[in-house]
Amino acid sequence: LSRIGDELYLEPTESGLSLRAVNSSRSAFASFLFAPLFFQLYEPGGAGPDAELFRCKVHMKSLLGIFRSLPSLEKSVGKCLILLKPRASRLVLQLHCKYGVTKTHNLTFQECERLQAVFDTQRCASRLCAPARVLAEAVVHFPPMLAEVTLGTGPGGKISLRNYVEDEAEPSKTMVTELWLAEDEFQSVAVAPGSHITFCLKEFRGLLSFAEASNLPLTIHFDEPGRPMIFTLDDTVLEVHLVLATLSDLESNSQSPSTNGVSHLPAPSDNFADDLESYMAAMETSEGPSEGPPSPTFPLRTPRPAESEPEEEREEEEEEEEGAVPGTPPHKKFRSLFFGSVMTPGRPSPATTQEVLAEDSDGES
Amino acid sequence: MRFRAKIVDLACLNHFSRIINTIAKLAKTCILRLTVSKLYFILSDKVANGGASMWCELSQGNFFDEFQMEGVAAEHNEIYLELKPENLSRALKTAQNAKAVKMKLTNKHCPCLRVAVELPSLSSSSRIVTHDIPVGVIPRRMWNDFREPSVPDFDVSIYLPALKTMKSVVERMKNLSNFIVIEANLSGEMNLKIETDLVSVTTHFKDLGNPPWASEDGCQSSAQDRDLESMAEACIDIKKLQLLLAGQQVNPTKALCNIVRKRIVHFILLHEEVSLQYFIPAIA
Repeated sequence: LSRIGDELYLEPTESGLSLRAVNSSRSAFASFLFAPLFFQLYEPGGAGPDAELFRCKVHMKSLLGIFRSLPSLEKSVGKCLILLKPRASRLVLQLHCKYGVTKTHNLTFQECERLQAVFDTQRCASRLCAPARVLAEAVVHFPPMLAEVTLGTGPGGKISLRNYVEDEAEPSKTMVTELWLAEDEFQSVAVAPGSHITFCLKEFRGLLSFAEASNLPLTIHFDEPGRPMIFTLDDTVLEVHLVLATLSDLESNSQSPSTNGVSHLPAPSDNFADDLESYMAAMETSEGPSEGPPSPTFPLRTPRPAESEPEEEREEEEEEEEGAVPGTPPHKKFRSLFFGSVMTPGRPSPATTQEVLAEDSDGES
Repeated sequence: MRFRAKIVDLACLNHFSRIINTIAKLAKTCILRLTVSKLYFILSDKVANGGASMWCELSQGNFFDEFQMEGVAAEHNEIYLELKPENLSRALKTAQNAKAVKMKLTNKHCPCLRVAVELPSLSSSSRIVTHDIPVGVIPRRMWNDFREPSVPDFDVSIYLPALKTMKSVVERMKNLSNFIVIEANLSGEMNLKIETDLVSVTTHFKDLGNPPWASEDGCQSSAQDRDLESMAEACIDIKKLQLLLAGQQVNPTKALCNIVRKRIVHFILLHEEVSLQYFIPAIA
């Protein structure tokens, strides 16, 4: 949760204790619901059956400080008591440790509105379920600092993961990494063919480490680009949801890889289009802008040989992007999740009660 | 112009990755020169690189199971590419248990070196990860900029102390000063010195041995007349030295340096299948 936001929202409910966080740009939301059975003792409190249960938020840093070192917690702590004292304005965390030592932490909190992202996994057209290990092994190939990744589908039921390169960044300067996973690496695959979705890897990695540590399979629900993507983990006493906003793109095929399968690397073939040779020829013959600095930089793309021989490019044996990407870069929009001011507890409700924060200005739906 | 290569043996892959990691520490951007039998990583001594230059040479046969290359033209059967070794290092980093790694030069939107890693998986088909590393193709008219640097007319040539020791000394010195003085003589003695307003530290090494260089034009014979005890020194950027030492993940078979007093220090690190030369200019 600390990978997502700076504040932890605590909401005791009849069905368990819910811990939630949201990031500052409202594009990522996570909730962990611990069922009453998870605890040795669970009293959500409340003055009466109709009284609303108290909720609050605390600084993530305060909690992180208390739970910092897992190994030492496991060794020395026997019990942990969490007590919410609204009248004293304190959230008490008491660790009962070995040798009769009790550590009591009194944290301040702030009262807050209910934090609830509006989402519905039922409305997602595509669903994947995989052991956390497979996804962790997939994600490891991407650099730790990488922001966004695109999940896509390919022929033969393969699922791809590819780093997303913003169009503003020069495509000729960024390394592109793509990974293909076979359908049978997943526990279940129910995806719309040709679908793809781009999301932020950073928040996902947090959930992924949790899933790996708890050895739970991860289910990914997604729909069209722009609609939230939902990751869930389920176990008998814990329900986890991570909701991420996704990139909506005007051009539906701007980033998706083309359709040749790569289940095996193609054998070396003479069809290797020597577009490099013509590229070189173009560079040799053109007077070339005297690339000012004496050390050669990446060649300018002005000769644009790629565009002049589209036919030869297509003959190349393996996957390649669709032809020339048109000039107007897609308007990047991470849609905010819709946060309704939902006062009534219960299942997240679909469209009807949501407050639209960002109007859908492109006709993608 | 085409290039395709494949590594299947894990030990070769490991070794190759380690070399790339070393190169990545020394240069943000460098030239990869491909010939039929060798690969070269070259950093030329432009001002942009802080004047340091590098020449690393390996025989492709020692690493690749398949290696096919066609240069720019029949009489110039070579390819020069500009790339960021860090990208290559990252691509190979997670390939440590790969079944095969293939490399190929492609040009879809722009010239790229495509590294395709085939990884084992529990499913029926392997997992494939591809990394498209953007490269710049260097036109033939610029190839002269990247010729092998010649060994400078040095004052002293000496074998380096154990790199691990040297590395830990230099790393600590780096915290105190930005510059380090390397001095050595023909009696196998070397000192590493730093000096600031507050402190000066010197580490002395002896019995290092001086490599015998075949005398060419009699310049070495005059060295014999030279005072064997006299030190030749050069003051260099400590960071560059530290990066060179930090990048060495395996002990070289031979490690030596040539000092041209007050001008340049030329390091030569030789392994069985790869040789690395690194030139650090002296600070005026």
